[in-house]
Amino acid sequence: MITVPRSHWGPAAVALSLALFLIVFLVVPVAKVIYVAFQDPNTGALTLINFVDFFNTSLFQESFFNSFYVASMSVVLASVFALPLAYFTTRFNFGGALLIQTLGVIPLIMPPFVGAVAMVLLFGQNGSINLLLDEYLGFTIPFMEGLNGVIFVESVHYFPFILINLSAALNNIDRSMEEAAQNLGASRGRLFRRIVFPLAMPGYVAGASLVFLKVFDDLGTPLLLNINNMLAPQAYLRISSIGISDPMGYVISVILVAFSLLALWTSFLALRGKDYATVQKGGGGLMKRDLAGWEKAGCYGVVILILLLVLSPHIALALLSFGTVWSFSPLPDAYTAQHYVDVVSTSSVYITNTLLYAGLAAGIDVVFGTAIAYVVWRTGLPWRKLLDYMAMGAVAIPGVVLGIGYLRTFYQFDVPFIDKPLASWWVIIVIALAIRRLPYALRACVAALQQVSVMLEEAAENLGATKSRTVRRIVVPLMTGGIVAGFVTSFATASVELSATIMLVSQESDAPLAYGIYEFMQSASGRGPGAALGIIAVLIIGIATYLSHRIIDKKETERASQQTAPQEKVQGA
Amino acid sequence: MALNQTSGVTVTVDNLSLSFGKTEVLKGVNLEIKPGELFTFLGPSGSGKSTLLRSIAGFGPRPGGRILIDGDDIAGLAPWDRNVGMVFQSYALWPHMTVRKNVAFGLEERKVPAREIAERVDAALDLVGLAAYGDRRPSQLSGGQQQRVALARTIVVEPRVLLLDEPLSNLDANLRVQMRREIHDLQRKLNLTTIFVTHDQEEANTISDRMAVLDQGVIQQTGTPLDLYDNPANRFVASFLGTANLLEGRIEAGDGGLWFAADAGPRLRLTPGAGATGDRVAAMMRPQNLMIGDAGGALGEAVAVLEGTVEMLEFLGTIVRYAVRVGGASMLVDETHRVGRAVHAVGDNVRLGVEAADIRLLPA
Repeated sequence: MITVPRSHWGPAAVALSLALFLIVFLVVPVAKVIYVAFQDPNTGALTLINFVDFFNTSLFQESFFNSFYVASMSVVLASVFALPLAYFTTRFNFGGALLIQTLGVIPLIMPPFVGAVAMVLLFGQNGSINLLLDEYLGFTIPFMEGLNGVIFVESVHYFPFILINLSAALNNIDRSMEEAAQNLGASRGRLFRRIVFPLAMPGYVAGASLVFLKVFDDLGTPLLLNINNMLAPQAYLRISSIGISDPMGYVISVILVAFSLLALWTSFLALRGKDYATVQKGGGGLMKRDLAGWEKAGCYGVVILILLLVLSPHIALALLSFGTVWSFSPLPDAYTAQHYVDVVSTSSVYITNTLLYAGLAAGIDVVFGTAIAYVVWRTGLPWRKLLDYMAMGAVAIPGVVLGIGYLRTFYQFDVPFIDKPLASWWVIIVIALAIRRLPYALRACVAALQQVSVMLEEAAENLGATKSRTVRRIVVPLMTGGIVAGFVTSFATASVELSATIMLVSQESDAPLAYGIYEFMQSASGRGPGAALGIIAVLIIGIATYLSHRIIDKKETERASQQTAPQEKVQGA
Repeated sequence: MALNQTSGVTVTVDNLSLSFGKTEVLKGVNLEIKPGELFTFLGPSGSGKSTLLRSIAGFGPRPGGRILIDGDDIAGLAPWDRNVGMVFQSYALWPHMTVRKNVAFGLEERKVPAREIAERVDAALDLVGLAAYGDRRPSQLSGGQQQRVALARTIVVEPRVLLLDEPLSNLDANLRVQMRREIHDLQRKLNLTTIFVTHDQEEANTISDRMAVLDQGVIQQTGTPLDLYDNPANRFVASFLGTANLLEGRIEAGDGGLWFAADAGPRLRLTPGAGATGDRVAAMMRPQNLMIGDAGGALGEAVAVLEGTVEMLEFLGTIVRYAVRVGGASMLVDETHRVGRAVHAVGDNVRLGVEAADIRLLPA
């Protein structure tokens, strides 16, 4: 018999409500999807027949292969972008290091599908780059042909995941690790192979699996590039064209979830028990050396090239949004602000919807994230870890799968007073966004909570504050920085989420920005306004991110001025 | 198979200098370390002791001057070509390898046959008492065990010289004393020329055959621990190796002998020939060499006497430490504590005595 002490009744009640929410909106819909995939569509009996059908259909075989191929090749291409950057910044005294690390936030600012169409205009068969190549050098490069386009767009967007993880791993190797090997007789090549490479490997694998996962699950990019023979687009098309009773959408969902889990498992295995952070106080990082003049020029050349590549979707999107006609020419024929005027006058509902949905979702995320973090890390409630696992489990659920799960689970559930099913009420979009972003907000909240010493809480309780008063007056104020960061990350990513949203939008007036961009980009005449919407989305996210940095900085300076911690003397004799 | 005893090499540092940018870290260092000797670089942080050690191992910028091992200049060699074994302050054990793999690393780099590697790794682990721990990861070991692995990893390659960079600084106090003895025994057993870097004078005193005291990139003095303590060459060495009362003043003649006249007032009789009349010097006295007694009382024969007032006292268990105001100076006096011995109170007038032989004259 589990007993909960009286002082924990409050947290226990909160924990139970959180668990209920996660069960209803995450566990049940996903379980439903998996269940349906194994159910005979006619008799309702459990069966593997749907999977047999799936693997016997050539279109699905092809889609399966294509998804796998695209995800793997994106990892390869992303590695090609990330490896030199990580190496330059950690190995050499290199001025561009900060700039390169800043690139890491770009995938957060704009998901790949937004810039996909613009990338066609820049890199496609008749795009700016190929027109120039053809004119001056007499050949073209099929950057955007078929699957190449998806691979190219995805790796340009997601390579920073590898860059960040790999750089962190390299920066965590202490200089003495290298020196010890040299001291025992290992010189350059062997030193790299036996010490640096194995120590950095876990970081690389973690980044690479994240890229694989993101690409494998992505729906928007293939849809906008009109590549339908991949898994996520097939799942969407089956459900939206044939209906929610077609089992193939569910089979694909199960495969998507399985591969997501596999990628996460790989990353987990790579990192498990390998806390290789070896940096000592005072020291840190690999031995750096200065670059000779020509080496420096070479490094900057490579960095600038990659930088241009990373910024190309944004540049192309901006050109597209201000261009009148852009076809068979390196640059648009003329420039105009008309697209923005059109979008704001006719489609402002997309913008207001986005602000509402993303704001609500991010609000839910930080409130729930803080509550879960507190329950899991600061109370002794039994089974509290389950709450953490459930919330984090959302990482492995692709948006398409969550969307299908909601449609299937809630299409018959009528909301009182609204008089329509929950599955087609706009609130379900907010909930989907909140569930999808909860893991990230939760990690931000946990990190913030761990900064708050338990002693600060005990002092408050000692002076007579109850648990809930302590949380409100001590814990939450001290966590503000982390909570704001969590809110902005959730807000930014939720405001351009497409894969779950696209399945749940039941009428135009409920649609957010991402859906609007998708709708506009379908037709050639809609590309200008679509790009304008995309730029507006980038601006909203950019402003939110900037404001959060201001708030966090201010909090930190306040705190720094309050406590002047004794600086440990650096040993450097 | 046991690890071989080495014949021991001579390490000579010849006019070594080194700068980081504009900061001169080593300014013309000269040293000769004898075969099989345990030699310590002692100094405060920033004195250049670690930099000196690292340049012997070949790390950091290439220094000016020469580093000779048995007469061969190694200053231009890459670290991996020097065969000098270094134990790092942080141990620098590779977390992705087991203990056994860590220890085997240097032998593998030297292309030693696998069977011999296995034997020598066993012998080295046995020597440091970790024979049963070969399959563990470094993170599964305690600080002291990690230290032993680092030591085994270095000595297993039978380096010509063993370099220890503050090897005990990450251990707690008890373990530090124990590891200090183990390192000392091991070094004796292998007869390995060893250089030990520390900022802790007690550590240096207990472990070293000889030591060099460094400050600001310059060797201040070289010698045995006892010699340096009793006969410091200058005020820095005197203060760094222990508590020192330093009085500035000049040497005067009078009353048929030599006297030290402190600027702060007191006069002390010196042994004949202690210095030349008129020289400006600093007189150094260790607190335990000062005697303390009641004002007007007797302090024994052949002592110089100073009158003063107790300003402060601290009871430290084995001793009582007084600060006594003598003229313009404050002198620290340590008196061995015995049950029943009277303790002077703050404000008491006392007299201090010191034998002429216990007064060291240093350059002012």
